[in-house]
Amino acid sequence: MFKRVYLKDDFLESRLIRRRLIVSAGIVLVLIGIVVARLYVLQIVDYEHFSTLSDSNRIRIRALPPTRGLIYDRNGVVMANNLPAYRLEIVREQVEDMDETLSRLKHYIAYTDQDLDRFQLLSRRRRPFESIPLRLNLNDEEVARLAVNLHKFSGVEINARLTRNYPKGSHAVHALGYVGRIDVDDLSRVDEISYAGTSHIGKLGLEKYYETELHGTVGVQQVEVNAKGRTLRVLNETPPIPGKNLHLTIDSKLQEVAEQSFGEESGALVAINPNNGEILALVSMPIFDPNLFVNGVSYENYNELRDSPSRPLFNRALSGQYPPGSTAKPFFALAALEANVIDKDNTVTCKGFYRLPNEERKFRDWKKGGHGEMNMKNAITQSCDVYFYDLSYRLGIDKMSALLEQFGFGQKTNIDSTGERAGILPSREWKRKTEGIMWFPGETLNTGIGQGAFLVTPLQLANSIAALSLKGKRYRPRLVRSIKDNNTEELLETRVEIAGQYQLSKESNWTHIQDSMINVVHGLRGTAARISRGLKYKMAGKTGTSQVFGIAQDEEYDAETIAKNLRDHGLFISYAPAGKPRIAVAVIVENGGHGSSSAAPIARKVMDAYLLGKS
Amino acid sequence: MSLFIDSTGFSYSRRILDALRVDPVLMLMLCILSIFGMMLLYSASGSNVDLMLRQLTRLTMALVLLVAVANIPPRVLKKISIWLYMGGVILLVAVMVYGEIGKGAQRWLDLGFIRFQPSEILKLAVPMVVASYLADRVLPVGWKELVVSVLLVSVPVLLIARQPDLGTAILVGSAGFFVLFLAGVRWKIMLSLGVLLSLMAPLLWKVALRDYQRDRILTLLNPESDPLGSGYHIIQSKIAIGSGGVYGKGWLNGTQSQLDFIPERSTDFIFSVFGEEFGFFGSILLIFLYLIIIYRGLYIAAHAPENFGRLLAGALSLTFFVYVFVNTGMVTGLLPVVGVPLPLISYGGTSMVTLMMGFGLIMSIRSSKRYLG
Repeated sequence: MFKRVYLKDDFLESRLIRRRLIVSAGIVLVLIGIVVARLYVLQIVDYEHFSTLSDSNRIRIRALPPTRGLIYDRNGVVMANNLPAYRLEIVREQVEDMDETLSRLKHYIAYTDQDLDRFQLLSRRRRPFESIPLRLNLNDEEVARLAVNLHKFSGVEINARLTRNYPKGSHAVHALGYVGRIDVDDLSRVDEISYAGTSHIGKLGLEKYYETELHGTVGVQQVEVNAKGRTLRVLNETPPIPGKNLHLTIDSKLQEVAEQSFGEESGALVAINPNNGEILALVSMPIFDPNLFVNGVSYENYNELRDSPSRPLFNRALSGQYPPGSTAKPFFALAALEANVIDKDNTVTCKGFYRLPNEERKFRDWKKGGHGEMNMKNAITQSCDVYFYDLSYRLGIDKMSALLEQFGFGQKTNIDSTGERAGILPSREWKRKTEGIMWFPGETLNTGIGQGAFLVTPLQLANSIAALSLKGKRYRPRLVRSIKDNNTEELLETRVEIAGQYQLSKESNWTHIQDSMINVVHGLRGTAARISRGLKYKMAGKTGTSQVFGIAQDEEYDAETIAKNLRDHGLFISYAPAGKPRIAVAVIVENGGHGSSSAAPIARKVMDAYLLGKS
Repeated sequence: MSLFIDSTGFSYSRRILDALRVDPVLMLMLCILSIFGMMLLYSASGSNVDLMLRQLTRLTMALVLLVAVANIPPRVLKKISIWLYMGGVILLVAVMVYGEIGKGAQRWLDLGFIRFQPSEILKLAVPMVVASYLADRVLPVGWKELVVSVLLVSVPVLLIARQPDLGTAILVGSAGFFVLFLAGVRWKIMLSLGVLLSLMAPLLWKVALRDYQRDRILTLLNPESDPLGSGYHIIQSKIAIGSGGVYGKGWLNGTQSQLDFIPERSTDFIFSVFGEEFGFFGSILLIFLYLIIIYRGLYIAAHAPENFGRLLAGALSLTFFVYVFVNTGMVTGLLPVVGVPLPLISYGGTSMVTLMMGFGLIMSIRSSKRYLG
């Protein structure tokens, strides 16, 4: 039997190993080839793709918010600017023990649980090297106290950011409006790119209307960041363009006089230059401090403002709608003269009430017992209701509303602000549209004394009396006189726009109305005669009283026994100097009773201040 | 470098190298690679000179060890290989029991004066012991030799894989496998082993691999599925390499590397830095250098006087190739992420020392008497 014996044969074995080595070398080459092919694909074929990815890894775009434009009054008084608001911020990665730091900070500065919640929320969202605000709006004392002790804390900083500031606080708040933090609603309206980095936006009034001009143009910074998102260097920068400055038509001094004249009363005043529509003062009382709203109003403050019975947040000058009462009478009188349905010297006997033919209902005069024999001039001077019942009856609603429309009633003035309302100028068409029923003759009479459905805004009333002072030439009212481009130093005047021009059929018709209105102030029996004492210029005016609630047929109105908030509103419209008017004023004092006692003195003070430079 | 180029001094310097038993071709390549490595490390570490100095110290130590090992004759190496192997395995067990935990794996042994990974010993000891065992047998290997060799290889491999250190396990395993392959395991057997392995793959997937290892393989297939988690490494690495383009962004100018987007950029992912800063040309050049080293090793193996030298030199050269292939494959997204450094370039002491000692072994084989004669 043979057993196969394997002998070591170095030659064969070395040949075997060499063969295997050669095979290995081949496999190595193939596999290396695969790696090279892979590199070829990554670095040459897909280079563009990866190059883009690499750049988007490291390059970030940062928005640089522009500085908001400033607001000045017509004499250069600053009404709104931007101040550095100090905030306490913490850089998380530099703090060793956050709980300990926070509790130690409490010794130096107060912060609420609300502050802490927001801080902790942001801590989770932001990167550890970013500073997170703990307290906003530090006052000077807090800043000083912290600054002295800052060395005891690592990672705690005091940083300043420009924030909108209204240096005069509540002064002219309803003319200016205010800015607030951008919310979800705002975001849906604005271009997200140009507001990247901007934290505040105009919420109301001028600040909102001129948002585009005030905001400016956002700047862009291209920065290189590392994997953790820390900025390493700025690659490229387009600086932001600051917003434009607004120069207002408002005279801050005049505005202040007007605000003070109201005292504790609520109401509104609009003073306008009839010759170009410039608003000289725009007041709604009471006022509030818009600075509260800039960085988010606290719940207590907001609730207090919102629930206050005097409604300080409500802009009465633009949004408040009141029955014009007797202040509408000069316009209806002009309408009657222009329509030639009444001779100015014809008289009506006022016995204290008026009855339509074939009707039982009595339309009362405000004066019990009546005014007696009344021509037009006396009727305006003494504000006789019966005369105007008769006038309205003869004139008819169509002609009444046609003329008043020409003076801007029942329509927006298109002032450059927000929240304006149109009021209501009653007419057959209006009634059909809104209530779907026919017009009743009784309504014509109520309209004739500025009651019923007739509603005006103080601004509208001011603009209408301004138009009347110019024989029917009506301008669009403006709050902004010029806009200054901070970049080009260019000052752009806003346009003077004529909103309407009524053509008088007879100049003497108008003269008669003006004479009557001068008589209201300067005449012995004028309803506003009490303000004429010491008057150094000629003022034309008309008082008015508008009912807050209706009085039943046979009830008496007795101011003394009626609760303050149900008392009549006092109104006064005026312009001066008559013949060459420089200012027109409309005033409403809510629940002020008769216009002659509440509203007219305020108008006098404002006019004195403007025409005589007296305050 | 003038040591080799200077024509008058050529034979002189050759004699010195011969006296030191150093192979000039391998030595030249290793030096060029190490210089490359230093430059790259400077960039990848964010110009950290301390780190470079530490690496330079290790490199010097590694080169000294290389020469030392090169001067041990192969027959001595063959004799001590079994003791080295057994010592290594015992240390592995010791690590399992007493070892320190670093980065979630138990790999380090602290001997008081030095901390090292016993698995590094096995990178050399496993091919040595298998080569010495097979060198005296008749080749091609028979069944008995095959079984013994597989046992010799799999004991340390499993111990290392358990640490867990998949990268080293692969390197040790492949070193042992290459010896067997070179010793002429029949194609049929290898084929059937391959089939068996792929049949067992689902089982291995469930039993042998840990969660994070399974994740890495899944990530490789679809890195975008978790771009900020397990896919982050590979995505950022591909971006770095790809954005390097043809010529690269320039030394120290790689944005992905300098801005910290590449994780582990001075160790396992250093090739991403290289690809980004030196581009396609640079990468090709680097791979070419590696190829020269591998082929020189295979050449020495082919010309060795006896089987031990042939098998060991060949297996070590091929293992070196595995380093290169697995590392470049993983940073380019061809292979799953396993902890295999880019040889001679990645920062890290032990692997550098082991590698250089491996080349010491190859040079010792080249210098054995009959080879030279």
